[in-house]
This record gives sequence, C-alpha cells and structure tokens, in this order.
Amino acid sequence: MLSFKDFGRACVVALWFMVLTFPLMVIKVNPIDRVITWRWHNMVWVGVGSFLCYLASRAWQIHRDARLRRIRLGQEEEKEPLSRRILQNPSIYRPLLAAGALFFLAFPGLFSTYQTNIMITALMYVVLGLGLNIVVGVAGLLDLGYVAFYAVGAYAYALLNLHFGLGFWTVLPIGGLLAATFGILLGFPVLRLRGDYLAIVTLGFGEIIRLILENWNEFSHGPSGISNIPRPGFFGIQMSLDQSITYLYYLMIGMVLFTIFVVNRLQNSRIGRAWFALREDEIACQAMGIDKTRTKLTAFALGATWAGMVGVIFAAKTTFVNPASFTFLESAIILCIVVLGGMGSIVGVIIAALVLILLPEYLRAFSEYRMLVFGAVLVIMMVFRPQGIVANIRKTYRVEEG
Amino acid sequence: MLELKKVSTYYGNIQAVRDIDLRVEEGEIITLIGANGAGKTTTLMSISGIVPPKRGEILFRGRPIHGLSPDRIVALGICQVPEGRHIFPDLTVAENLDMGAFLRRDRKEVARDLEYVYSLFPILRERRNQPGGNLSGGEQQMLAISRALMARPQLLLLDEPSMGLAPLVTRQIFEIIRQINREQNTTIFLVEQNANLALKVADRGYVLETGRITMHDRADALRANKDVQRAYLGI
Ligand SMILES: Nc1ncnc2c1ncn2[C@@H]1O[C@H](COP(=O)(O)OP(=O)(O)OP(=O)(O)O)[C@@H](O)[C@H]1O
Ligand SMILES: [Mg+2]
Repeated sequence: MLSFKDFGRACVVALWFMVLTFPLMVIKVNPIDRVITWRWHNMVWVGVGSFLCYLASRAWQIHRDARLRRIRLGQEEEKEPLSRRILQNPSIYRPLLAAGALFFLAFPGLFSTYQTNIMITALMYVVLGLGLNIVVGVAGLLDLGYVAFYAVGAYAYALLNLHFGLGFWTVLPIGGLLAATFGILLGFPVLRLRGDYLAIVTLGFGEIIRLILENWNEFSHGPSGISNIPRPGFFGIQMSLDQSITYLYYLMIGMVLFTIFVVNRLQNSRIGRAWFALREDEIACQAMGIDKTRTKLTAFALGATWAGMVGVIFAAKTTFVNPASFTFLESAIILCIVVLGGMGSIVGVIIAALVLILLPEYLRAFSEYRMLVFGAVLVIMMVFRPQGIVANIRKTYRVEEG
Repeated sequence: MLELKKVSTYYGNIQAVRDIDLRVEEGEIITLIGANGAGKTTTLMSISGIVPPKRGEILFRGRPIHGLSPDRIVALGICQVPEGRHIFPDLTVAENLDMGAFLRRDRKEVARDLEYVYSLFPILRERRNQPGGNLSGGEQQMLAISRALMARPQLLLLDEPSMGLAPLVTRQIFEIIRQINREQNTTIFLVEQNANLALKVADRGYVLETGRITMHDRADALRANKDVQRAYLGI
C-alpha cells in the first residue's frame, strides 16, 4: 500500500511542478494594457494535479512490483503482455482487424476533406516508420538522416516533372530506386561505423542533402522551392480537389498495405535473419559466412526505398516542395515512431505513427499546450513502457527437424 | 590441406603475427599453444579472413584464400568458433544453429546435421526454444561448436573452447572434439591456453611466442619437451 513517505514525496513533487510551471501557468503579461495578470488558481490546479498523478503512478508501481515478486515466488502465473495476448489470439484480433479495415475504408466518406488530409499524412508516416524500422529496428543501424531519402523522392518527382514532364506513376518507382541508390551511397562510407559514430555521420548526411537543396539554386530553385507539381493522375480523368484527395487517400491505403506485405516478407526472409543476426553480433555473423557489407547495404537501400516513394507521394500531395520540409526534426519524428512502436515490431510502428501524427493534430484545441502535452506523452511512454507500445514480438522461425 | 607461408598480420601499426609458417594435414587435429597475447586468435582471424593478413600466403587445398572475404572462406569449408563464443543472445538455440547453416541450401542435409549436433549435445535439444543468452557458459560453448558444425566445415577452427569452463565440462567438450574429428572426418585446428589437454587430444602442435612460431612437433614429443613443460604445462 501507499506509505506515509509516498505522500511526503508527492508533496515535494507537487511543489516542484508548481515552481517549474510558475512562469508559464501563472504569469500572464498583457503587453497592450501593460499589466500582468497573476493566475494563482492555475498553480493550485498544477499542484493538486501533480500530487494525484504522482500518487497514482506510485500505486501502480507498487502493484506491479508486488506482482513481480509473487511471480518470482511462483505464487502467480506470469501473464503474457496485453499486446501479445491480443496479437496471438485470432478471435480477438480478427474482429479488431475487420473493424479497423472498415473504419479506414469508410474514412473519406465519414469525415471531412480536412480530416482525410490529416489521415493521409499519418499514413505516409506509417510507411516512413516501417521503412526506417528496417534500418534501425531490424538491422540495428541508428540512422538519423532518414529524411534525406524522403527529400530525394520528393525532389525526384518535382524536378523530373518540371524538366521532363514525367508523371506521378512513372516517377514513383524511379523515386524509390533513386533513394535506394542514395542509401547505398550513404552505406559505403559508414560500413565500418557503429552506434554513436554511425548516428553522427547519418545526421550529417541528412543535413548535407538539405543544404544542397537549399543552396544550389540552379538545380533545386533554392529555399523558394518548386511549385505547381501535379497531383497523381487516374487514367487522365479530371478530378476536383475533393476527389483527388479521396483518391490520394485510397492510394496511400494501398501503399501502406503493400509496405506491410513486403516488410513482413523481408523480415522473415534469409536477408531478414541476417539483419537480425548482424544487430546481435558482427563477429559471429562473419564467422557464419554472412556477407557483412552486402547485408548492411541492402538494409540501407531497402529502408531508403520507402522514404523515396513516400517522398514522391508527398510532393504530389502538397503540389509544392521546398527544403524546409526536410529538416532534422522530420528524421527525429520518424525515429520516435520506430522507438515508440517497439523496435522491429510492425504493428507497434503502425500504431505509433498514427498516435504520434494524429495526436498533435487533434490537440490543436489546446493550441499553445499541444507541444507540451506531446512531449509529456513521449516522456511518460519512455518511463512506463521503454520497450515500446508493442514489445518486439519477433516471429521465431521454425527450424526443420529431421 | 591448409598451409600458411610467412603470414604477417597487423592491427594498424601493431604487428601481432610475424612470418608464420604452418601446415595442417587432412583429417588431423593440430593445436596452437601460447601465452596470452601471443597472437593465437589473430592467426585464426587471418585464416578466416576477418582480420586479413598483410603479407604472406594462405593456401587451402592449394588454392590461395588470403584476400578473400570471410563469407567466401566459410563457403569453401573453413568455419571458425570465435574466442568468447559469440553466440546470438536473443536468438533461440535452434535459430542460432540455423544461422550456422546460413550459406547452405540443402535443407534435408541441414536437418540431418541438426540431428547429429543434438545427439552430440542432448542438452541443446532440451533448450532449443530458449534464447541463447540464457544458457550457461558451458552450454554456450557447446552451442558455438554446434553452430559451426552446422556449416559442415572441412576445417574447424576452435579458439579456446575451454575458456571459463569447469574441468569436467572441458574434458567433455574435448572428448566431443575428438569424436567430431573421428566421425565426420573434420580436420581441427585447436587454439588453447590449456596446453596439457590440447596436447593430449592433438596429433601435432605448434608453439607461438610473441607472434612467432618457436617450436613444432608431434604432440607427445612436445609434451615430453622440457621447455614446453616448464613454460606451458606447469611441471
Ligand atoms: N583489435 C585489436 N586491436 C589492436 N591490437 C590487438 C587487437 N586484438 C589483438 N591485439 C594485439 O595483438 C596481439 C595478439 O593478440 P591475440 O588476441 O591474437 O592473442 P592471443 O594469443 O589470442 O591471446 P589470448 O590467449 O589472451 O586470447 C596482442 O598483443 C594484442 O594486444
Ligand atoms: Mg585469443
């Protein structure tokens, strides 16, 4: 049970938060009337709120520790994690899946164009997350410059369309291939690097691509970007704005399904096992005859491909690209999706992408606090579920026995 | 079967192996003994291509293999059990073994070999669905050897299989090394600190001192040698 000490701690925490949020929550400067309003009542709310939050989290912690102790003593069965129970029980996940599918299919009919647009963005991040998941989650190569491949795809469509009039469907595979090529280009110099060093070099790579786009005016039109990029066509039929957004939505749904299919196949293939093994132990991999170079390069290339294709879709969706869309923040968000989802877990990445992209959009109601809430959600996640939403449930592959 | 001619290997500017000459004949067990830092691991790494030699030649069945990448060398039939075991901790025992057969396509034969290693080390069959990281040190060593056997090597390079193991487990593992050599006709290159045991199972032995081969002879002759006794056998 909660002890006296916990209440004492809760008071300290409450005081601390009251001090910490004082400038933000209490003082309000009105520059026009030149007066300061002191909103003391807010301080009370913060104090009471953080006091209760702390007690609740303590209670939960005590409950969990007690259960772990009972499990260790053998008095209680170890429960499978909830996510795993859901994912492994067809009678639970089939209806869930069906409901989800129905919801996503009916989405443009049920909601406004504005909502559909947001959902398209979220779906794009699902694909980006799944792509980066190959590199970071499965192969364990910390890539902080993933947005570069996204930029390659977007500019591929913008420029090829501008100069050669190539259409969306032609450029979609070209964008993917081009990004894969860039993935290999990045892969070669970083083959020997691991961990922090790899992270720094990939970060630099992402910035280089952005700076080139920003400064090489003749090539990329600089910071002002390229506009009037055509939306995806559908057998040359003229579409209104609403129709073309709905069309893009379904296109994106198709893209997500395609990605899930391919990524799932990849993870369970020979190369997928090699990636996984490489993440665990490089020397052992070499001793087993796994080609380290090729394995890493394919991870970079196959991860980048998705970013390239989504980049093309991005350019087609916004009909405008400029370097400002491809900052490090984008890479960070995509990385958040992978980490939050649970490294290597496809379902986790999908959920994380939807939450992470939709949450800030729907928190707009709280306008100025939405980034604060967003940050708080991230911190809370990392404290309570550091293994991600869906703890990596790697499919252990069956080994044939004679 | 394997021949090293004046092999020198460096880590940056540090020379770890100096002009080594060494021969391994088909079907024999040879051992390389030496103190800590003598360059034993480096010699094996040079053969398997993970740390390629800077000078000299390595011939496998008359064919030069220095300069080939590690995966090509494994494909030729040389497989290494690295020092410190290096099993995949998050993969299950069965998956670890399957990684050993990574380059093989003959699924039927792989399944047969799996049965064989399970018969060598029954404990691995019991533990087959547990993560490799949960095994004890001795079991991990058994797993590391078994994983290498799954590649069906003609030449097996073993780096200190006795490291950190109780004497009883060590003897059991050495017994099985001999069994593998007999039954599968696998040639074995054994690197050991435990010179006493190594010279008992081996046919011939080499002594390595600060990167140079200082002696080589039949194993029983080395065991009888006064210098070897003083330096490595503690007699
Ligand atoms: N990765 C490395 N980088 C630099 N020097 C190294 C490296 N690995 C080994 N060395 C050096 O090379 C020499 C030979 O090392 P090696 O590991 O081959 O010795 P060893 O005979 O296997 O020793 P042990 O019995 O302790 O395993 C040592 O002087 C060591 O310091
Ligand atoms: Mg060694």
